[in-house]
Amino acid sequence: MNRIDKLFAEKKQNVLNVYCTAGYPNLESTVEVLAALQANGANIIELGMPYSDPLADGPVIQQSNMVALHNGMSIPLLFEQLKEARATISLPIILMGYMNPILQYGLENFCATAAAVGIDGIILPDLPMYEFETAYKQLFEKHNLKFIFLVTPETSEERVRKIDSLCSGFLYAVSSSSTTGNNKAITNQSAYFKKLQAMNLANPILVGFGIKDKPTFQSACQYTNGAIIGSAYIKALENSTDINASTKEFLNTVLA
Amino acid sequence: MTTIENVFSVDQHGYYGDFGGAFIPEMLYPNVKVLQEQYLKIMYDPAFQKALQQLLTDYVGRPTPLFLAERLSEKHGVTIYLKREDLCHTGAHKINNTVGQILLAERLGKKRIIAETGAGQHGVATATVCALKGLECIVYMGEKDIERQAPNVARMQMLGATVIPATSGSKTLKDATNEAIRDWINNPVDTHYIIGSVVGPHPYPDMVARFQSIISQEIKKQLLQKTGSELPTHVIACVGGGSNAAGAFYHFLDDLSVQLIAVEAAGCGINSGMSAATTQLGKPGILHGSKSILMQTDDGQVVEPHSISAGLDYPGIGPLHAHLFKTGRATFMSATDDEALQAAFEISKTEGIIPALETAHAFHVLNNMAFKKDDVVVICLSGRGDKDLSTYMKYLG
Repeated sequence: MNRIDKLFAEKKQNVLNVYCTAGYPNLESTVEVLAALQANGANIIELGMPYSDPLADGPVIQQSNMVALHNGMSIPLLFEQLKEARATISLPIILMGYMNPILQYGLENFCATAAAVGIDGIILPDLPMYEFETAYKQLFEKHNLKFIFLVTPETSEERVRKIDSLCSGFLYAVSSSSTTGNNKAITNQSAYFKKLQAMNLANPILVGFGIKDKPTFQSACQYTNGAIIGSAYIKALENSTDINASTKEFLNTVLA
Repeated sequence: MTTIENVFSVDQHGYYGDFGGAFIPEMLYPNVKVLQEQYLKIMYDPAFQKALQQLLTDYVGRPTPLFLAERLSEKHGVTIYLKREDLCHTGAHKINNTVGQILLAERLGKKRIIAETGAGQHGVATATVCALKGLECIVYMGEKDIERQAPNVARMQMLGATVIPATSGSKTLKDATNEAIRDWINNPVDTHYIIGSVVGPHPYPDMVARFQSIISQEIKKQLLQKTGSELPTHVIACVGGGSNAAGAFYHFLDDLSVQLIAVEAAGCGINSGMSAATTQLGKPGILHGSKSILMQTDDGQVVEPHSISAGLDYPGIGPLHAHLFKTGRATFMSATDDEALQAAFEISKTEGIIPALETAHAFHVLNNMAFKKDDVVVICLSGRGDKDLSTYMKYLG
């Protein structure tokens, strides 16, 4: 059973998905970060594959992508690192990134290798529904990789339902129309989360963008299955000398 | 027979053959969807066309002249006409697109306009139409370009626009475009993004090409009057993203007797590691919402291009151009920084026209072509060189 399905079969509330960038803060810290997240209360890990032009990301994650690329991170190297990681990491891992590096790697090869190293799902914000449905869907399914789509407060109900029918793993509900790491208040968005909850969708819902601490996490979890934290955790790692300690300290502010 | 190879218009999903599409995050979907559904309806509405034609005539100053460059013709032993887009209001072809898109933005009820700019010509053209219509204007411009195109920055500010430096990546046009797209993601309701080239998600490449197609529409009419035939043998234009080339080629795409020549910026030389010659150095890839040809590393990271001209300093080309390249419908050539500079000085002295550095690239390839005596060549003189004076001054002997 796919680890994401297994997780949501057992845990339906307060699921915490934490984003980190592969090769950040150091080239060799990827697995250490995964271990720290697992040890300190994360339920899912969203692992960013760094890209030179991350359109949907705000300054903090952009910067982490630049650092990781400068450190020498690449998809082949990441797959090497992940081969070892599965010996100790049992959490679901989702790879998040942008289309272009994957096209260069080769999509079929990417899916096969990702599945082989124990990846559970993929998020590609610049792969829209039309392209996914016509060209790529079967490939992800063949390798038992969940494909997670984003919806926003501007997405029509009809489109949310269509996306839900193509999406697997969980639905990524963007809290407000923005890039990642924004300061728009998510506490005002409860009507939107309520609406999603009332739609009785096939997929569990995790809320992302703007989740950074306990109040925002709780606010997101009130009507959905959980939330995703990205920029705030990247900031916590920025000047870290002890990744496990920084991760523990940060996750305590969210979960405690 | 109609096959994918000889169809040069976009299909319903925004593809020119293998290239195009709309690779955008869901946050941009509602705005892009509205544009996809509405752009042709709005553009070809008679009232819209009337307003557009009036602005093009009375404000932009169209039609622009088609000028017989006698001394240049004599030198190359061929007839050379210059399509004088440098005489458009604001000094380049860019305003053909911005007058169209500002009218479209009005129709869509948008109050806030964003744009990216490289050389600053598109930024100035956008700031100009925003001033004309009383709309808020924010222009993203690479930090490096702000330094090398200072006069255009001042013009945008004088026109009331806010110029925001793009400080990520290579700090040039690519990064300014990223920042503009991120702004649009953050301001989806009140904002229209006026993309300045034939790049971006569908329908932008087709929409911008249509607004720029006035260039080739006029060339046809003017050539008919001057030569008795509306078809030249060659059309030459520089290509960064490719908007002036798209406009100059547009109405000749199906006339296969017309050779289309796109000139890219080779920078310090194609293999110097400091170049922006996308078709020579690039591979298929996705940037700024469409699939095209893209300069990138083996890992699919977009590389930082180099050209002396900020307007050509872009690692991609529009999907239409990628299709023209792949199918062989257009011939792609290039000019280095030095060759472009030489051409700029030559045209200034022989024709009394100081061209933009971008445009100067197009002139250079005249030296590398074998023409027949009866050939009729049209060069799209896309912009004037005032903005490049500080660069030119360094080379004044």
